Amino acid sequence: MIFEQLQNEVTAILARYPVKRSALLPLLNLAQAREGYVSEPAMREIAKLLDLTPPQVFETVTFYTMFNLKPIGTFHLQICKSLMCALVGSDDLVAWIKNQLDIGPGQTTSDNMFTLSVVECLGSCGTGPMMQVNDDYYEQLTEEKLKRIFDDLRRDGTCSLKSGPFMYPESAAK
Amino acid sequence: MAQYEKILLKNMEQPGYSGSLKEYEQAGGYQALKKVLKDFSPDAVIDAVKKSGLRGRGGAGFPTGVKWGFIPKDHPGPKYLCCNADESEPGTFKDRQLMERDPHQMLEGMVITCFAIGAETAYIYIRGEFRLGAQILWRALDEAKAAGYVGENLLGSGKTINIYVHQGAGAYICGEETALLESLEGKRGMPRFKPPFPATHGLYQKPTVVNNVETMANIPHIINNGAEWFASIGSPPKSTGTRVFCLSGHVKRPGNYEVPMGIPFREFIYDLGGGMRSDKPLKGFIPGGASAPFLKPEHLDVKMDFESVALAGSMLGSGGVTVMEEGTSMVWAALRLMEFFYHESCGKCTPCREGSSWLVQTLQRIWQKKGRQGDIELLEELCGNIAGRTVCAFGEAEVGPVLSTIKHWRHEYEALIQEAQVALPPNKELPVFSH
Repeated sequence: MIFEQLQNEVTAILARYPVKRSALLPLLNLAQAREGYVSEPAMREIAKLLDLTPPQVFETVTFYTMFNLKPIGTFHLQICKSLMCALVGSDDLVAWIKNQLDIGPGQTTSDNMFTLSVVECLGSCGTGPMMQVNDDYYEQLTEEKLKRIFDDLRRDGTCSLKSGPFMYPESAAK
Repeated sequence: MAQYEKILLKNMEQPGYSGSLKEYEQAGGYQALKKVLKDFSPDAVIDAVKKSGLRGRGGAGFPTGVKWGFIPKDHPGPKYLCCNADESEPGTFKDRQLMERDPHQMLEGMVITCFAIGAETAYIYIRGEFRLGAQILWRALDEAKAAGYVGENLLGSGKTINIYVHQGAGAYICGEETALLESLEGKRGMPRFKPPFPATHGLYQKPTVVNNVETMANIPHIINNGAEWFASIGSPPKSTGTRVFCLSGHVKRPGNYEVPMGIPFREFIYDLGGGMRSDKPLKGFIPGGASAPFLKPEHLDVKMDFESVALAGSMLGSGGVTVMEEGTSMVWAALRLMEFFYHESCGKCTPCREGSSWLVQTLQRIWQKKGRQGDIELLEELCGNIAGRTVCAFGEAEVGPVLSTIKHWRHEYEALIQEAQVALPPNKELPVFSH
């Protein structure tokens, strides 16, 4: 019962909406943040919480690409492949990752560290090529940067190259 | 190079500006809200926004004040405001900057909008990937609440306006306003038939306004400086104010640039963006996000306002300009965009669901030099059966890249098909679709 330990969060989320079902995406996001994916028990629990049937939850989950229905690696590498990133070299990076980590899109490294996904536009077109790793954006990627990111993630679980509040180009005054 | 006065990016371009409430207030923030509560009636706010000529910055460019005016005044309520922060049009990344660098600017705009339309509750629907943006907005909301700018008994006025952040989960279509409402109701994000419009039957079937982040960020400035001031900027009377245009692709200095509407693309790409990144000349550009048909170098002197771009056969859309240099295959570019639309089609309307898959397959085989004679005509026929036959504007959007690249660079399609005829026997099996 994953939501038993999250009572405060659940109560706060439910209080935002006059109709319970609106809390569905926030609760799914919460479940995924907790477990790394959306499990069937979590979906059943959410259905109970929101007075929905399990199929109503499932049909909604499957519409949204951000929900993982299976466990994935510790770090979810999502590389943007849309035109704007492709113009500045995202395909080369995907090939490089395949080569370095020995995984293709949809696959996880044998140490369960990295899962690779190739995704559509993440809204960072001026600073491509880019990828999202779990909650963080990494932009203006090069092979050297990727190497450092993977090393740092393996060692520290985080990397200082991740993006802060976005502004590009940076102001000339700075 | 001409220097333009910034409105929306002004604060964040000050050295060290972090977007905190204190800094926003020091820069004159929340004065507009105080002014509205003291001197304005809801109708006066709507009138000011109508007079300013402000048009929606999300893509469709609908006049904002007119949209607000459609909210029925005699409705017992509740009424809702939804801020569309689902920025997901490829080529567009301005709202992310506006939210993460100066969140109070849009929040102030939202509170004023709620006052104008009589809403007590507002939601910011932010795309699920923008985790940092959502955190920043929640933090800003806490600050604003503590200072009495949001919440119960707003600045002692007796009014209640609550704002919540709602995170999506990765669906482009949720940027379409009725799909956004469906998603906010906890359902699959599929657009609704219109009419009825959200102004009368929106969130939970109640009167609802859906406005883009950049639209909201403009509101405090219109109140502070007056509708006439705003209406004098840009390309009046139909395209007023500035816009934060996004530049991406093969240019030296990509990024967000705020300029008055109506400057030519040439100035935007070559002066602000520094021109092409290498010595290869410009081959084509997308003027307003992935949904906007491609334009050619001969269109560089077109003005960046709603009417001029429409006259040139495209649209200003979300303001995302993507530049491609000589040597870029336009069949490949169309395929890449079509793969995006195929992936993001919600599946509600058959022409779009089936048509997008068919378009991708056909483009794929042309690009892989397995195309057949008649494939260009097939693409055109398919596009003709999608546009105008779907519930939402996604249908028009997805055929734009295909039809415009065929129009401007038909010879590239023909050459690839010709190569396939030479390389393959005539009665070959159709390649199996792989995606």
